[in-house]
Amino acid sequence: MSLMNTSDAQSSLLSIDNIYLLIGFIVMFLVVKTLQDKAHPKRLTTALFWFLFGSVFIFGDASIALIGERNTYLWIGINVVIIALLAGMNMVSMGNYDMPCERAKTEDANRFGNKLFVPAVLIPIVTVICTIILSEIQLGDFYLFDQEHVTLSALTLACTIALLVSWKITKGSPLQALSESRRLVDSIGWAAILPQMLAMLGGVFIVANTGTAIQDLVTLFISPDNRFMLVVLYCVGMALFTMIMGNAFAAFPVMTAGIALPFLIQGHGADPAPLVAIGMYSGYCGTLMTPMAANFNIVPAALLDLKDKYQVIKVQIPTAITLLVINIFLMYGVVF
Amino acid sequence: MTELNLLPLSGIAVIVIGFALRFNPLLVVTSAGLVTGFAVGIDFVDLIVTFGEKFMNSRQLASFLLILPVIAILERYGLQQRAKAWVAGIKGATTSRILSMYFVVRECSAALGLINLAGQAQTVRPLLAPMAIGAAANQYGDLPQDVKDMIGAHAAACDNIAVFFGEDIFIAFGAVLLMDAFLKENGIAGIEPLHIGLWAIPTAIAALIVHLFRLARFEAKIRAEIARCQQQQSEEEQTPSNTNSALKEESL
Repeated sequence: MSLMNTSDAQSSLLSIDNIYLLIGFIVMFLVVKTLQDKAHPKRLTTALFWFLFGSVFIFGDASIALIGERNTYLWIGINVVIIALLAGMNMVSMGNYDMPCERAKTEDANRFGNKLFVPAVLIPIVTVICTIILSEIQLGDFYLFDQEHVTLSALTLACTIALLVSWKITKGSPLQALSESRRLVDSIGWAAILPQMLAMLGGVFIVANTGTAIQDLVTLFISPDNRFMLVVLYCVGMALFTMIMGNAFAAFPVMTAGIALPFLIQGHGADPAPLVAIGMYSGYCGTLMTPMAANFNIVPAALLDLKDKYQVIKVQIPTAITLLVINIFLMYGVVF
Repeated sequence: MTELNLLPLSGIAVIVIGFALRFNPLLVVTSAGLVTGFAVGIDFVDLIVTFGEKFMNSRQLASFLLILPVIAILERYGLQQRAKAWVAGIKGATTSRILSMYFVVRECSAALGLINLAGQAQTVRPLLAPMAIGAAANQYGDLPQDVKDMIGAHAAACDNIAVFFGEDIFIAFGAVLLMDAFLKENGIAGIEPLHIGLWAIPTAIAALIVHLFRLARFEAKIRAEIARCQQQQSEEEQTPSNTNSALKEESL
């Protein structure tokens, strides 16, 4: 797998390795900015958290060439545990950012008008156009885009273009844009790393054959020949599991490895792209119905001073259940 | 029929308990990985190596970091203020029209990746809920607290539903990349995040239709709720306190 990546890297300009390096440089820039933020309440530990994360992007590929795969994976694995401990001990926090006051921003907003939306809208548009049109463009022997990761290459190009356009519109430099992004990254905080951690957990589940255990459990209740019941089980399972965990991302690897992959994809030849897309959305139906997803369902009730803190959930339930039913029939209709 | 082996499921128990006890999710997920590894007897060093390998091979999940500088610079120059001014400029509105309009704009902008443009704290509390309540107050006069709460809850629900079912269309969103990483990890090749994003569109449209339908009927519900509250009040035979109008002023 990694051998393939390395050989691809030599034949395309926007290779995935270069994109990872770029991400690494962005993160490291944020680490330096965090260290310069003298009033930051958790300056050193926050910087360490992002440094450990960024080092995987900057040094990962070089390290494989230098000390081998196993040693590289070992130090990254140790990094991951330290990252989790730093976050778990609440040692990662927001810093200080010199944002202009609300009035100044409103003045700017009036000055630039709807032009401010242009760069933001450019990102998805350019990404889609590039993915469709430019994916096979070659310059001499080089592909412009990494053939294994066309969408990501296109996204990188789109972001670069959007950054240049916003530079032109606002006169704020790309360097300023980078410093400003520390505010956003810090407000996302540890949650920025959660998807990657969940992918990792999914990987561990695969090694541990967790899917097989769920698979065995499923066959106790449902015949593997019954396509419709399997679809129902996957969708409802995603929703219920998401309600328990409060997070569809966490439910996804488990339910998909346990039900969708063995029974629907391998067993009945279901089309993976719509299967996982609709499966994830079934999980979101669960998110709408659970107090475990506190940020979305309980916090707003508090923000709005509602007497009943479950009222937002109650309002969401009819839409969530209707969409779950639609998802089940949609999935059954399109994946086979 | 093989014997049912439930040990590999121990990590799931850790996740359920960890999330229920509100530990930090990164810690919960890592612990679940460790417990699963121990339960099925993977050597400790091998387990850490597996952690590193899987973490490194899902680095594409961090690609949203590329977008943040653009959004950050736009916010620095008033993107949110511009968005607020735009929504506030919508005229001649009833409660359900305001909520429907917001729903459409929010879902479309989320599909374009502008997830942080609005939100419960940034727009629902300061802007959407007061506007929706204000529109109903214009129509019906002073509103009972129950009705205000109901409209507020609907405003919050609009934001959640619109952003949830819009965001998966955007290919750089974590969920899409997580699905992509999962498929690649499981040896299913030839699927780009773009394909997964495209398949999010039917459900996104269904969410739009279902919720706009419910919002269209919401006006009648407000009227019924006001009638119910008034009846309740007259049964209690008490003069309404002045707090209602004071609260209205505040929320407007």
